[in-house]
Amino acid sequence: MNRSLSIAAALLLAAGPAAAQTIAITGGTVYPVTGAPIRGGTVLIQNGRIAAVGANVAIPAGAQRIDATGKWVTPGLFESSTNMGLVEVGAVRETNDYEIRDAENERGDQVAAAFNVADGINPRSMVIPVSRIAGVTTAVSRPSGGLIAGQAIAIDLDGNRVEDMVIASPVAMFADLSESGRGAGGSARGGQTMRLREVLEDARAWARNRQAFERGETRDFSVSRLDLEALQPVLAGREPLAVEAHRASDIQTVLRIGREYGLKLIIVGGTEAWMVASDLAQARVPVLVKVLNNLPGRFESLGATYENAARLRRAGVQVAITSGETFKAYNIRQEAGNAVAYGLPWEEAFRAITLAPAQIYGVADRYGSLEPGKVANVVVWDGDPLELLTRVDHVLIRGREVPLVSRETQLRDRYRRIDDARAYRP
Amino acid sequence: MNRAPYALVLAAVAACSQGQARPANRPATPAQQPSATAWRPPANPFPSTYRPFPSTATLIRGGTVLTAAGQEIRNGQVLLVDGKIAAVGATVDAPAGVTIIDATGRYVTPGVIDDHSHLGVYASPEVQSHSDGNEATQPNTAEVWAEHSVWPQDPGFIRALEGGVTTMQILPGSANLFGGRSVVLKNVPSRTVQGMKFPGAPYGLKMACGENPKRVYGNRGGPQTRMGEMAADRQSWLRAIAYREKWERWDREHTGTQPDRDLELETMVGVLRGDILVHNHCYRADEMAQMIDMSHEFGYRIRSFHHGVEAYKVRDLLARDSISGSLWADWWGFKMEALDFTRANLALVHEAGVRAIVHSDDPTGIQKLNQEAAKAMEAGREIGIIVPDSTAIRWITANPAWALGIDRMVGTLEPGKNADVVIWSGNPFSVYTRADQVFIDGALMFDRFNPNRRPRTDFEVGLFPAEAGR
Repeated sequence: MNRSLSIAAALLLAAGPAAAQTIAITGGTVYPVTGAPIRGGTVLIQNGRIAAVGANVAIPAGAQRIDATGKWVTPGLFESSTNMGLVEVGAVRETNDYEIRDAENERGDQVAAAFNVADGINPRSMVIPVSRIAGVTTAVSRPSGGLIAGQAIAIDLDGNRVEDMVIASPVAMFADLSESGRGAGGSARGGQTMRLREVLEDARAWARNRQAFERGETRDFSVSRLDLEALQPVLAGREPLAVEAHRASDIQTVLRIGREYGLKLIIVGGTEAWMVASDLAQARVPVLVKVLNNLPGRFESLGATYENAARLRRAGVQVAITSGETFKAYNIRQEAGNAVAYGLPWEEAFRAITLAPAQIYGVADRYGSLEPGKVANVVVWDGDPLELLTRVDHVLIRGREVPLVSRETQLRDRYRRIDDARAYRP
Repeated sequence: MNRAPYALVLAAVAACSQGQARPANRPATPAQQPSATAWRPPANPFPSTYRPFPSTATLIRGGTVLTAAGQEIRNGQVLLVDGKIAAVGATVDAPAGVTIIDATGRYVTPGVIDDHSHLGVYASPEVQSHSDGNEATQPNTAEVWAEHSVWPQDPGFIRALEGGVTTMQILPGSANLFGGRSVVLKNVPSRTVQGMKFPGAPYGLKMACGENPKRVYGNRGGPQTRMGEMAADRQSWLRAIAYREKWERWDREHTGTQPDRDLELETMVGVLRGDILVHNHCYRADEMAQMIDMSHEFGYRIRSFHHGVEAYKVRDLLARDSISGSLWADWWGFKMEALDFTRANLALVHEAGVRAIVHSDDPTGIQKLNQEAAKAMEAGREIGIIVPDSTAIRWITANPAWALGIDRMVGTLEPGKNADVVIWSGNPFSVYTRADQVFIDGALMFDRFNPNRRPRTDFEVGLFPAEAGR
C-alpha cells in the first residue's frame, strides 16, 4: 500500500536476533530512571533484553558477570537530534547523506517529505563509535535542510546492517521554520508558513482523491506523489512533525498550524520556548533543548538562556536535552550537566537524555529506562554520568558489550609513544 | 540545531586566528620619526585607555585556592589590594577594614584567559553586518588590526565574563595566510575598544595554513595548494626582510629618500624583531613541521599553534621549539584536516612538556573553558596521564597568559600580579560549578548573586526579554 513506509517495515521485519548471552551487572548503584537508585543492585540481561533489575536478583548459573562495585549503572543515553551515521567528514560533501540538496532552491522552502534517511545510514561510520564509547547508545538520526527535510529514524548505535540498528522508522518528519532554515533567499516567515500549509492542504486533498489522481483527473499538486503520501501519517497525527523554531512567536505559529491540522508536534531547538512555556504545556508539545545556548546568535534567539530547560520543566513541558551535534554527540551529558547547573533537578536532566526522548519518539515501551522487558542498552560509569571527569567502563547495546574503541582511541594509542615503529602499530 | 556540518565549516573559516600585540601603553606620537641609531617599530597609534574599575581591598578566605603556580591551598586566603594580588597563603596579614568574602566550600583561581576568540569581530547576532573577522580580499593582510573590527557591545563579552573569562585575545579569522594583528582585551564593559585593550600586551600576528586559505583563494588567484601557501608565505617573509633592511639602512645612513611605510610589512617586521607574537592556525602535524622550518628559515618564533588537532603527533617538535599548543578538548570531523583528533591531545602534549592551552574559538565554548579542560583531564586519565587540578588550571590561565606574552602580569595568583580572580561555586572542573564572582584588577566585575554586578551591553537594552541571556 504505502511505498514510502514499506522501507521502514522491511527494516523492522529484518531486525536481527539479539545477543543470546546472559549477563549480570552486579554491585553498582543502579539508576533505572523510573525509580530511585538501587545501591548494590543487579541488572540481569538475557537475550538482549533486561530480564530483572533490583537489589535481590537471582543470577543464573553461567551468566557472564560485570562487576560494577562502586560504579553507576544506567540506561544508555539517547541523542534526540543528530546526523550520526549520515556523515563522515563535514566538509566532504560526498560523505553527507542527511540532505537532499536542491541547488535551484535558495528560498529554503524545499520539501523532501518522502526522503527517509535510512538507506544513507552507514553502520561502519567512524563517527558512531566516538559517541558510543561515551555512553550514547541510541540516536534519532535526522535529515536537515529545506522547509521539510524528510523523515528521521531511531537507531541503536551498533550493528553491521541498518536492519540491525533500526528501532523505528520513521520516528518523525523534520521541518524547519527557523531563520537559519530560510535559505539564501530569506523567504518571509509568512511565506514559509504559506508554503507549509499549501503542502499540507495538497496532502489532504491528494488522500481524498487518490483514484482520481491515478487517473490523472486531479489538479496539479505542489509536491510529488511520494511527498504527499509520506505526509499522511503526519496529517493523521501518528507521526510527529518535528519543527525547528526559536523565536517565541515562531513557536506559537507552529502550535497554531498544529491545531489547524491536528498535528502531533515536537519543537526542535526552541531557544525562546521558555517564553511560551504555558502554551507548550497546554498543547502538550515537547521541546528538544540544547542547553548551552545563551547567545543571541540571531534575532530569533534574543531570549536565549541556559535556564530554558529548567523553566520549561517547571511549566510542565516535556523536555529532551540534545547535544545538537553529530561529531560531538557525546557532549549530551555535558549539556545535561549544565542544565542541572542552571536549575533543572538532576533526575529531570538525566531523564531528558534517556526516557524523555524515548517517550517523545514513541519508543518508551522498549527504551529509556532499566526495566524488565526493555532493550538492554546499559552503561556502567565510574561516577556520576553527568560529571565530565567520569569515565565510561562498559557499554552494552542490545545486550552485547561493545568494545570501548573508536578511531580516536586507536590514533591515541598509536601515538602513545613517538617512535618509528608507530606506522606498524594498529 | 543540527546545522552542525555547515555551521562548523563556517566556524572553521572563522577559526584560525591568532595574534598578539605589543602596543606598549604610551601616548600616540604624531609621525614616524626614524631614529638615528636603529630602526624601530612605529609608535602606538591606538593606545589603551583602560583604567581599572574602582575596587576595595578584599580578602577572599575559606576557599580552595588553585594558584596556577602549582599550589592547591585548602582553606586558603587571597588578598587583593589596589588591583594587585597582595598575598596568597594559608593565612595572610590583611589590613583593617578590608572587605571579607567567605569562600568556604568554593574555589578561587586566576581569571580565565582565552587566547583564541573572535568576540567582537564575529559578534552576536551573527548577521552579515557583524562579519568583521576575515579581510578575505588577499592572502596576506598582515596590515589589518583586529581591534579595528571589534564591536565592544557584543553581548558575548558579558557571557564570557560570567564564565570567568577576564582576558581574551581577539584574532582575525583564518581565511588568509597572514590574517592580521590580534588584540588582547580586558573583559570589561567599555564604549571603545581602546578602553578594553590590555595595557602592555604585545600584539600578535594571525597566520593560517591548510584548508582554509586555499579554499578561499583557490579560484581567486591562489594560493590553490598547500605548496602554493608555503610559497606565498615565504615570498612575504622575503619582502619583510628587505623592508627591514631598507629601514635599517635609512636609520644608519640617513641618505637618499626616506623609505615609505608599509603597514603589512611593519607587522611582519614586528614578528622578525620579536615584538609581535605569531599565533599560527594549523591542524595537521606535517603542516606544523613545515611552519616550524619556515620560522627557522626566516628567523622568527612561533608562539603557539592554534587548533592543532594533530599536535599530539608532533608534540616533540613543539616542545623542542617551546611552542605552545592552543587546542580544543574535542572538536573534530568538520573537515579533512580535523579528522585525526584524539580527546587525549591536550594531555599528550602536556605530558611532552608543551604548554597546553584550552582555547575556544567559539562564543559558547569560551564560557565553559573550565569544562573543556575537565574533559581533557578525563581523556588523559584514560591513558594514565594524571593531571591534578592545580596543573590543569594552568591550561586556562597561566599557559595562555604565556602565549599572549602577559604572564608577568596575569595568569597566576602570585603577589604582585594583577588581581584577576574568579570565585567558583565549587571545583571548577565539575559540570555543576559556576563562576560566582569575577574580579578584574581587583574590581568586582561580576557577581551572579547581585543584579547590580551583572553588566549588560547596549545591544541588550530594551531589546531582550527580562531574564534572558543567563
